[in-house]
Amino acid sequence: MDADISDSAAGSVSPPDSDPARKRRAHGMLKLYYGLNEEGKPDEKESLDPCDINGPHFDPEVFLNKLRKECSLAELMDQESCMVKQIRALDSDMQTLVYENYNKFISATDTIRKMKNDFKKMEDEMDCLSTNMSAITEFSACISGTLQDQHTQITKLSGVHSLLRKLQFLFELPARLNKCLELQAYAQAVGSHRRARCVLQQYSHMPSFRGIQDDCHAIMDQLAQQLRQKFRDGGSSAKDLSDCVELLLQLDEPAEELCDKFLSHAQSRLEADLLGLEAELREPLSASVPELFVNRPQEGDLASKNIPQMANGKLHSFVDALAARYFALVERRIQEEKGVGDNSLLVRALDRFHRRLQAVSKLLPGSGVPSQGTEIVVRAARERIRQYLAALQSFYLDSLTDVRQALAAPRLSVGGAGVSGAGGLGAAVKDAAPSLPDLLASLSGSILNQIKSVLASVHLFTAKDITFSNKPYFKGEFCSEGVREGLVVSFIKFVCQSSRQFCESAGDRGGTTPPALLLLLSRLCLDYETSTISYILTLTDEQFLVQHHSPVTAVTALCSEAREAAQKLLNHYVKVQGLIISQMLRKSVETRDWVNTIEPRNVRAVMKRVVEDTTSIDVQVGFLYEEGVRKAHSSDSSKRTFSVYSSSRQQARYAPSYTPSAPMDTNLLSNIHKLFSERIDIFSPVEFNKVSVLTGIIKISLKTFLECVRLRTFGRYGLQQIQVDCHYLQMYLWRFVSDENLVHFLLDEIVGSAAHRCLDPAPMEQSVIEVICERG
Amino acid sequence: MEDDAPVIYGLEFQARALTAQTAETDAIRFLVGTQSLKFDNQIHIIDFDDENNIINKNVLLHQAGEIWHIGTSPADKCVLTTCYNKTSDCKVTGCAAVWRMPAEWESGSHESPDDSSNSPQTLELLCHLDNTAHGNMACVLWEPMGDGKRLLSLADNHVLLWDLQESSSKAVISSSATLEGKGQLKFTSGKWSPHHNCTQLATANDTAIRGWDLRSMSQIYCIDNAHGQLVRDLDFNPNKQYYLASCGDDCKVKFWDVRNIGEPVKTLEEHSHWVWSVRYNHSHDQLLLTGSSDSRVILSNMVSISSEPFGHMVDEDELSDVEDNGQEEKCKEPLQDSIIATYEEHEDSVYAVEWSSADPWLFASLSYDGRLVINRVPRALKYRILL
Repeated sequence: MDADISDSAAGSVSPPDSDPARKRRAHGMLKLYYGLNEEGKPDEKESLDPCDINGPHFDPEVFLNKLRKECSLAELMDQESCMVKQIRALDSDMQTLVYENYNKFISATDTIRKMKNDFKKMEDEMDCLSTNMSAITEFSACISGTLQDQHTQITKLSGVHSLLRKLQFLFELPARLNKCLELQAYAQAVGSHRRARCVLQQYSHMPSFRGIQDDCHAIMDQLAQQLRQKFRDGGSSAKDLSDCVELLLQLDEPAEELCDKFLSHAQSRLEADLLGLEAELREPLSASVPELFVNRPQEGDLASKNIPQMANGKLHSFVDALAARYFALVERRIQEEKGVGDNSLLVRALDRFHRRLQAVSKLLPGSGVPSQGTEIVVRAARERIRQYLAALQSFYLDSLTDVRQALAAPRLSVGGAGVSGAGGLGAAVKDAAPSLPDLLASLSGSILNQIKSVLASVHLFTAKDITFSNKPYFKGEFCSEGVREGLVVSFIKFVCQSSRQFCESAGDRGGTTPPALLLLLSRLCLDYETSTISYILTLTDEQFLVQHHSPVTAVTALCSEAREAAQKLLNHYVKVQGLIISQMLRKSVETRDWVNTIEPRNVRAVMKRVVEDTTSIDVQVGFLYEEGVRKAHSSDSSKRTFSVYSSSRQQARYAPSYTPSAPMDTNLLSNIHKLFSERIDIFSPVEFNKVSVLTGIIKISLKTFLECVRLRTFGRYGLQQIQVDCHYLQMYLWRFVSDENLVHFLLDEIVGSAAHRCLDPAPMEQSVIEVICERG
Repeated sequence: MEDDAPVIYGLEFQARALTAQTAETDAIRFLVGTQSLKFDNQIHIIDFDDENNIINKNVLLHQAGEIWHIGTSPADKCVLTTCYNKTSDCKVTGCAAVWRMPAEWESGSHESPDDSSNSPQTLELLCHLDNTAHGNMACVLWEPMGDGKRLLSLADNHVLLWDLQESSSKAVISSSATLEGKGQLKFTSGKWSPHHNCTQLATANDTAIRGWDLRSMSQIYCIDNAHGQLVRDLDFNPNKQYYLASCGDDCKVKFWDVRNIGEPVKTLEEHSHWVWSVRYNHSHDQLLLTGSSDSRVILSNMVSISSEPFGHMVDEDELSDVEDNGQEEKCKEPLQDSIIATYEEHEDSVYAVEWSSADPWLFASLSYDGRLVINRVPRALKYRILL
């Protein structure tokens, strides 16, 4: 308290000098004064200067001399007044401090005196307390001595009490059991009985306990009866049943009998399930298959838990018998799984099925069930591959039908344009033509996509998270035999084979296949040969990591098959197109009276049609096949005259040197020409290019023309008409073929044969022919 | 091998008509009819001397017109028929006539072969087959193995059955049938079946093959679309009464069982152009000859559909075994149908092929440029068939 006062007094006494710098300086000076210079180091530094008035080395003499030397009078005056002011301030500060310290000292003395008094009082009270404590200890010892007897008595009494409660439990047991029986709380009843059983057994020699025991036995028998009844009824759930079994086992019922009963119950219930499943088979719900099977291993689990070793054999046969039926059902179910839409569902179902069976195998190590299950999965996988193959094939045929329909529409417009004339033809070709490469692209693209999606679906069988994927079958045979051979290779073979069938079936009976389709397929097969097959097989091998345990079909074999098919299709295309043109030519030659025809003024319409059709075929083929190589053209291919014919006019002059008899009539030059020229195969295989295809078609057409001409007899103008027609063909056809000499040769033959078959062979002037042809 | 080399004979004119002389069974003899619009047409009688490999020829003039088809009487070796085109007043008509060869043609040619070319003898006309009511004659067929009194002719869409009377100097139509249908139907060729007492005929028009019963002159079967295109020729298997071979513009040769006409029994596709002629060998019906406008003649061995029992012919190296257990061989190894040979001696379309009537191992083929080629069945095959 005194300190507080002194503090506040000091506060009020301190000079009202608010400038902190000054205050500090004042403190600093006081510190100096009292010799407290902890922070004296900087001071020492500056204080070396003897002129520093605040420094310790201050020399007034030096300071004064310095001032006198350096300062003017006015400055000295100022210095003096300043110094006086400072000295006064220091004086007042010092007074304040002294007063302050004095006050503090006085209050401290008072406090010490007060403390001295207080301590004395406290010493007395402490003495009093210690005497009291010793009295208390004495009393406590006395009390505990008196209470000792009573404590032991109480302990005894509580022991008796608990015993009495136990006895009460025993006496109440029959009633309690009865009540449980009423409430059907079997588990509680059995538990209670079990607890009491040993005691009752032990004290059964005492009549009262015996009575209780008998009562209990009677009740428990009744309970067991009820349990058995319930068990027999079998209507309850698997959980209930197994509870029952557990209770009965605790009641020391014969285990074997129970096992049999349990199994028979399980069987009847599973059979009901199987029947349900069978009924469900009609419904397309593959997910239900594994769901239902979930219960099965659980039950097996329970059964084996309950009846440890004894009934293993029984369980085996039980499981086997049921599993066989179950498998039969599963297989039927799988077989009904025809739709190829969602494979993942099936694979998942199979996987779950397989996994459950693995669980069974853990429970019953010796059982053949899991291996049978695996076999089912394998069979299902095989079946699946077959189905996919069938689906792929039908997809291929469907897309062919689509292509056919797509081809049918534009083909009509081509036909219409052909009738309407050359002008309309170009436009129609423009309309129809772009669809060919597009169709090819979309066809091969969709097939490839389909193959890929099928591969992806099948790939599910070998996915890592599927339990059966690490079986040896799925690692080896499934990949190589199943997917590669059974699916991919078979499909490619099917494509080739079906393509070939187009040639064989359609060949005889009027050609139902549109030629454009033949062309398209031929290109498709060729593409397969060059790239697609190896691509698909590589893809398959990569996806399935095929390890070739058994020999597989080589890529080259497939390629050659595809090439063969392509060749056959193209040949057939040439044949069909050739025959279409041939038919026109043949009709035009056969239906005309060549003897009594008028002088030719025009090229016959059929020849224009032939050229038009050839042009449109050229365009069509050009969309899918490359140009190909042709022999060099002579500079004026279209302007050539028929030298053979002109020579045949003079042949009467030849001496009959060829054969000894009769006048020379045969076309000697033609014969000599034939002798040296190569034999022409009319329906010969063509190469995969446009020129070769067109050459083939033109060859067939012109040969037909030749044969037809040879069957007719011509008048003068008939011959001239043939001349005009041939010249027209000559003008337009040479550009399509690989070797124009071929066209020349065949046309020469035609004109030559016509001249032979002519009653009055007077050929037309070449210039006139040219004029007529150029007029169109 | 030299012995197997072909013998070639060149005619001056173009020719389509070829036949063997049916009634002649001793000499190997073929008849060829020429086609010329400007000169007198001829019938060349070609005798082949098998031992010396030499051809002897005689020429008879056929002034009526160019010959499209020629047939010889099965009874009288001097009698023959031709179908020819008669051109008059800018009109071409197909006619047919029965001719007799002059009796002395053979001796004349032997005396002075050089002269014969200068003054060939002329055929002696027996009778015309009057066709004014029925259109152009396509071919005339003799009754096979008959007495030379009955003829069939195909004219446009009519089948005419003729009786030759008064030692062939008069021909009377005994019955006829007409093919009715859409468009201008026209028979292209026909064949008189040697089976069933010669009461059946097969004809070809367009793509169809039809069978006729000559007693009722009615159609008994019709193979529509037998070939993709025109049917050019037919032949009956000489030993199997229901078997028929046909050929046509689809380059194919087909074999038919006329009891089951839905599908051909077999199809050959060896030629690269139209097949104009097909002929069964008269005694060994597995041997089949075809001629085509691809200038080739092909001899095929169609053992699987022949009358020869299977297993009769086996590979040469097993020849000795065959004699011992021929029956077993039959089961063990079904014989392959195969091409025996392709003959490429012709430069032009081959329109006719014909087996010799005297030597079953010998045949002739005729191409349009007038080249006649006589060939033999390869000797190895001949022995295999015989043994």
